Amino acid sequence: MDRFYVLVMGFLSVVLVNNFVFTKFLGTCPYLGVSGRIDSALGMGLAVTFVTTLSGTLTWLVDAYILTPLDLQITRYICYIVVIAGAVQLVEMYVRRFFSSLYDVFGIFLPLISTNCVILGVCLFLDVWGTDTLLEAVVLSTGTGIGFTVAICVMAGIREELILADVPTAFKGAPITLITAGLLTLAFMGFAGMIK
Amino acid sequence: MPAHNESKTSLYRQALTAGLWRENPTFRMLIGMCPPLAVTTAVKPALTMGFSVIFVLLCSNFVISLMRNLLKSHLRIIMFTLTIAAFVTVCDLYLKAYLPDMSEILGAYVPLIIVNCLIIFRAEACASKCGPVVSVLDAIGMGLGFTIALCILAAIRELLATGCFFGFKVMPGRFVPWLAMQMPVGAFLTLGLLLGLANVLTRKKEA
Repeated sequence: MDRFYVLVMGFLSVVLVNNFVFTKFLGTCPYLGVSGRIDSALGMGLAVTFVTTLSGTLTWLVDAYILTPLDLQITRYICYIVVIAGAVQLVEMYVRRFFSSLYDVFGIFLPLISTNCVILGVCLFLDVWGTDTLLEAVVLSTGTGIGFTVAICVMAGIREELILADVPTAFKGAPITLITAGLLTLAFMGFAGMIK
Repeated sequence: MPAHNESKTSLYRQALTAGLWRENPTFRMLIGMCPPLAVTTAVKPALTMGFSVIFVLLCSNFVISLMRNLLKSHLRIIMFTLTIAAFVTVCDLYLKAYLPDMSEILGAYVPLIIVNCLIIFRAEACASKCGPVVSVLDAIGMGLGFTIALCILAAIRELLATGCFFGFKVMPGRFVPWLAMQMPVGAFLTLGLLLGLANVLTRKKEA
C-alpha cells in the first residue's frame, strides 16, 4: 500500500508539479513549434509519451544491469543515445509495418523525436531522482510523457484562440507564445504545494 | 587568383558573422531553446553553459565536416549525435573535475547539450556540406551568438531577481528583488519580451 502511494504521488508529481515543460524547460522546441493546432499537438504528445516510456525503461535497464556492474558509467551518454535512437527506429518500422493508419497520424514527428530533449531528459533525470525499481522507472517515464502531452495540448488550445486576438505585430508568433507559456507556468505553480 | 581569394575571404567572414545577429540561434532562428530558459538564473552558469556549447559545437562541426563524404544519408543523424555525445562526455567530465560547483548547478543540462537542436542543426546545415575551415568559423560565430544571447537573458534575470550582476551587488539598498524572475515564469516572460524587442529592432533596420 505504501509503495503504491509513493508511485501515485510520483506520477502526479511529474505530470503536474514537476512538469518537464514548465519547470525544467525540456521539450521547449516542439512545445513552441507544434502547438499551433490541437490535433497535431495531441499526435506529438502521444508519440512522445510512447517513446519516453520505452526509452526510459530501456535506459534504466541498461544502466542498472550493464553499465553499473561493468563500471562503464563514463559511456553513459553515448549508450543512452544509441538506445534512444534504436528504440525510435524500431518503433517507427514496427508502426509503419503493422499500424499504417497510426503511422500517418504520427507522420514526421516520430523520427524527429529521437532528438527531442524530453526523451534524453527523462533518462537522465531517472538517474538524478535515484529511481531504484523498474516499476518506478516505468511509472515516472510514462508520467513525464503524459505531462508533456497535457502541457502541449493546453498550449495548443490557447493558441487556437490567440489567432483571433489583436497582438502587436512585433509580438506575433513566438514572443507571444513564450509570454503565454510564462503565464501558464505561473498557473501550474499553484500545484506546487500539493505534494509534500 | 585574387578574385578567388577575395570570394573565399568574404565566405569566411559571412560564416563567422552569420550567428552573431542575422542568424542568431536564439533571437532569430529560435533553436536550442532549453538552455536559454533553464540556466539563465545568473550570469555565471549562463557563461559556463555558453562556453561548453562553443566547445562542443566547434569540435563536432570540425569532426563532422571531415567525415562529411563518408556519411550515409539514413545513418547521418545517429552519427551526428554520437559525435556530439562523445564531446559532451569530455566536457561534462572536465566541468566535474575543474568547476564542480558549476557542474552542480548545471546538472543534467550539460548532458542535454547532446540533443540541443542548435548543434545538430549546424551539423546538418553547415558541417555536412562545407569544409573544415568554414565549419569551424561557423561554429565560433554561432556559439558566440548563442553565448551572448544567454548572457543578455541571464544579466536581466539576475539583476532583477537578486539585484546583483555576476555575484556583485549593484542595485541600491532600497531595491526590492523580484523573486519571480528566478522562477520559470521569469525565464519565459523575459525571453518573450526580448524576442519582441529583437523583432522591433530588425524591422527598423530593414525599413
